[in-house]
Amino acid sequence: MGVYSLKNIQINMTKEDIISKLTTIVKPYVQNEEGFKNLNENTDFINDLEINSANLVDIILDVEDEFNIEIDNDSMEKMLSVKATVEVIQTKMNA
Amino acid sequence: MKSAEVKKRVVITGLGVVAPNGVGLPAFTNAIKKGVSGITYHQNLKDKGFSCCIGGVPTILEEKKLEYLTPLQLRGFNSTSILYGCMAGIDAWKDAGFSVKEHSELDYDSGIIFGTGTSGIEKLREAIYKIDDQNVRRLGSTSVVQTMASGISAYLGGILGLGNQVTTNSSACTTGTEALLLGFERIKNGKAKRMLVGSSSDSSLYTWGGFDAMRVMSYKHNKTPEKGSRPMSASASGFVPGSGAGALVLESLESALERNATIYAEVLGGNINSGGQRNGGTLTAPNSEAVQKCIAEALLDSGVSSLEIDVINGHLTATSKDSLEIENWTKALQRSGTNFPYINSLKSMVGHCLAASGAIECVASVVQIKEQFVFPNINCDDVHPEVSALISKDKIPTQMIDKNITILAKASFGFGDVNGCILFKKYSD
Repeated sequence: MGVYSLKNIQINMTKEDIISKLTTIVKPYVQNEEGFKNLNENTDFINDLEINSANLVDIILDVEDEFNIEIDNDSMEKMLSVKATVEVIQTKMNA
Repeated sequence: MKSAEVKKRVVITGLGVVAPNGVGLPAFTNAIKKGVSGITYHQNLKDKGFSCCIGGVPTILEEKKLEYLTPLQLRGFNSTSILYGCMAGIDAWKDAGFSVKEHSELDYDSGIIFGTGTSGIEKLREAIYKIDDQNVRRLGSTSVVQTMASGISAYLGGILGLGNQVTTNSSACTTGTEALLLGFERIKNGKAKRMLVGSSSDSSLYTWGGFDAMRVMSYKHNKTPEKGSRPMSASASGFVPGSGAGALVLESLESALERNATIYAEVLGGNINSGGQRNGGTLTAPNSEAVQKCIAEALLDSGVSSLEIDVINGHLTATSKDSLEIENWTKALQRSGTNFPYINSLKSMVGHCLAASGAIECVASVVQIKEQFVFPNINCDDVHPEVSALISKDKIPTQMIDKNITILAKASFGFGDVNGCILFKKYSD
């Protein structure tokens, strides 16, 4: 029953909800506060937020925990921007 | 910088320490003057079936960590050796008069030699469990940097922005003393102006377990932890494990004078050698001939006679090897009885901090020179008869004494039959 209700909540999550959760996840890794203030769908993790590339794997693990999904290697490589990450999350949640 | 024809004089301009009986230089100095023990009982050792359930662990509050590491650096952080090393290293660097800024200009004239035995052993355990659980992908980015041997020098190198040699050495319980001599040589030869040197060791039962299994740790003082570490004592029954870090900023005299820096003491010279596990030496026991040669050559290198030594800070772990160490000092210096210098062992207060011991004890040695005192040997009211047969009991102070110290000899000996000896001198131009 727990799993079923959890899945329902996930499916109903809007893009804005996902971005909001993602914003909380990336916050500790951000090194450009200006970029973080202006975070939007087109924000690039490395160019705009100056996140250390080594930390991208930590963000992916945090995303997996938060959204209760598992992200494969091919999807991981795409997750360099907010937009691409939201798409991967949506795909995995609806899978 | 080209290698100088004329060798540079090297002085100490900064100190930092994280010890079981004091975190930070003022607290540590106060503790060693008063003979405060940092040894406590640890229930987790008892729970895991250790014979020795006491140890020396520095007390560090969570908020204190944020003064040294960022919240991001502390995410998934599980390496006390790196934490202690960063704290001691940053403290020493600031103590030398430098600021620590995230975007400071890269300093090619300063480097780091910061040793350890194993790095982040608790983090390594975490990683091994995850991998065995077929969860290697869950290691994230924090596993490698905290478990690589050079993790400590890598963390410090980035925090301080140093561009000279940045490396980690490892020679068991000689590590810290060796780090200092390696940094000393680099400055002496004109390869660097400043070297942050030191060593650190984890507070972990996984670091200590192997020694418990070897039966070299004391199991007789679980109910009286502060009495457990008893170097040179008749009732010594093995060493008490400790942990922490010590750090020293070494600097060419000309650079220190140019900056008008506080000078704690001068490093006159020293020697590092190995007994080759020959002539009585083994992987775990010293070749006495090599120990004596190490001390004698350290004197030669420093250009001082054995009669000039005022104080010795020994290795003296509280195992059965203490009297052999004393015998080696008497032979190397050709001094014994009442003619022997004062001698003390910091391990009576903090236990054997293993890879960190040499650096923490070098800090204690230098503080004694700077403030002109000899710290007490605690737990040594019953001097071992083999020791008192070689040197006068008066030379093993059990209370702090004020003393004009000009020259202090510090030695460390480690598994692998390796030795290191340094001669420090009170600074005068």
